[in-house]
Amino acid sequence: MAAGGLFHKNWEITGLTHAKDPAFVRFQGIEKRFGDLVAVQPMDLDIPEGSFVTLLGPSGCGKTTLLRMLAGLEPPTRGDIFIKGKRINDTPIHKRNLGMIFQNYALFPHKTIFDNVAFGLKYRDVSKTVMKEKVEKALETVRLPGVGNRMPSQLSGGQQQRIALARAIVIEPDVLLMDEPLSALDENLREDMRREIDNLQMELGVTTIFVTHDQREALSMSDKVVVMKDGFIQQEGEPEEVYNNSVNHFVADFLGHSNFLNARVKTRKNGNYEAELADGSICIASPVGEFDVEEKAEIVIRAQKMTLGHKKDYAEEEGMNDFFGTIKDRSYMGGEVSYFVELPDGQLLHVINFVKRSPYRRGDEVFIRVDPFHCRLLKL
Amino acid sequence: MKKLISGWTLIKLYTILVYVWMFAPIVAVVILAFNPQQFGTFPMEGFSFKWFVKLSQNSTILEAFQNSLVLGSLTAIFSTAIGVPAALAFIRYEFKGKEFINTLLIAPIMIPEVILGVALLLFIRWLQQPKSFALLLIGHVVLTLPYVLLIVQARLVGIKREYEEAALSLGASPFQTFREITFPLLAPAIFAGMLFAFTISFDDVTATLFWATAQNQTVPVQIFSMLRTSISPEINALGAVMIVLTVSIPLAAGYVARRFARGNTP
Repeated sequence: MAAGGLFHKNWEITGLTHAKDPAFVRFQGIEKRFGDLVAVQPMDLDIPEGSFVTLLGPSGCGKTTLLRMLAGLEPPTRGDIFIKGKRINDTPIHKRNLGMIFQNYALFPHKTIFDNVAFGLKYRDVSKTVMKEKVEKALETVRLPGVGNRMPSQLSGGQQQRIALARAIVIEPDVLLMDEPLSALDENLREDMRREIDNLQMELGVTTIFVTHDQREALSMSDKVVVMKDGFIQQEGEPEEVYNNSVNHFVADFLGHSNFLNARVKTRKNGNYEAELADGSICIASPVGEFDVEEKAEIVIRAQKMTLGHKKDYAEEEGMNDFFGTIKDRSYMGGEVSYFVELPDGQLLHVINFVKRSPYRRGDEVFIRVDPFHCRLLKL
Repeated sequence: MKKLISGWTLIKLYTILVYVWMFAPIVAVVILAFNPQQFGTFPMEGFSFKWFVKLSQNSTILEAFQNSLVLGSLTAIFSTAIGVPAALAFIRYEFKGKEFINTLLIAPIMIPEVILGVALLLFIRWLQQPKSFALLLIGHVVLTLPYVLLIVQARLVGIKREYEEAALSLGASPFQTFREITFPLLAPAIFAGMLFAFTISFDDVTATLFWATAQNQTVPVQIFSMLRTSISPEINALGAVMIVLTVSIPLAAGYVARRFARGNTP
């Protein structure tokens, strides 16, 4: 993963001394309806200056609508949008000074690469010589110098997206908006582009809002992830925060591979809870929120947080949760193996482990150990 | 045992017959245009440009030709001038009664031309206006507008909204966006629409018969009236010229449009 987890990563690099505005972009009571459909439920959201914020969610969750309202491509039904403390609801899109990146690049097909990148500068007070310098510098920044005379159709998808990036940053926008910019690229290229965008954003320190449905992109690039569903914000926070401390079933399910176990809360113990599972066994889990005794709840366990062991090597360890089961299915993925383990009551657990010596085989009897810290007790 | 004739051969034969049936009369007209005899019979006795020369000296025809060219050009200009903004409105904007108005503008394609011809004539009577060149022009714009609309709309659907949104986000005003992005991308369709309008106006007979005054005879109408009095080989020559014009102009235009578009579309 890239260095996306670092908080406020560009502070030291740009060497700016003034305090960063924590609400560089501010949505206040923003709401969007299309007829009867509520695309964005009334919400508040602050985007800190210089940060890389990802709006993450499945299609139809309102993330793109939110971005388009900021861009000025959709008027909000209610609420206000501020950039640098200035209300911009009534500012038309071409006066908002934003850089936009689209999924399908949207390079002007009838213009050369140079004219594409220079396009935004034409509407700013820039002399011909300065324009040329700036365009060349932008092309160098995206590591595509010397393609100015070509037409967009002569470049590959990845190159086109880099030109789109150059076109957006050359105008030195207040905010960079990216709408699923990697979705049209193939898998290998996506990885490269992801790092490139991340590095570029760090270098320039431009406030960036990135829309995606891909949790890996969101986790690896962002300073802050905003998980959305049905027009509501489900959770916002640093990638580690939303991944490790998912506040509800949806977030836990959407990020990574999770197992969900139904449970009934029994007793409180050292800040954790003991909960009874469907088969009557006890599982110690760390709670997200407060629970009552006998309350029905759900325990979520990440597939990577469980460790498999041979049943014959099993030794009890105080305070750990252990399960016993049989390997039902496995798929080898190079560095790691993905197993489905069947518990005695028939429930399947998804476990992803690194390959140590020899991977377990179908039919092997195994025990699964998981730290209560990684068993999160969620409200139903 | 070997089959004598396979199904595939039959299909080929059938296709050739269809083509012969469609194009033989046209070919005959063109060939007979070069026949020096008064009455066209095969085999031809000799080859001459006699009828083309005679045609070029026929002032009625020349005048009709001029009328047709002027009318066709003006029709093309007015049709596109109305059609392009209309297409933009229909594809890019939402407004009440959009579907209805769109259908209304496309309707002339579906209404028989005879009815359209009579209707406009009656309307002009009702307004107590004389038949005039303006009436003819209005009629032809009504006839050709649906084609311009359909062609431009089809292209506009293909021009992704993102191009315009990208231009706007980069600081171009809506008008600058149209001038710099939408119009250049739309140009081949506008050009094609103009040509369609010109060609349709250039060979329309039915409706034009109702609308044309004595001074505004177009070539097809002229041919029609010539046929009523006599069958002159001049008509063959005229037919040949018309065929060359109406076929070659769109072909050339198509070629130019493709050249334009090359390297321009992603």
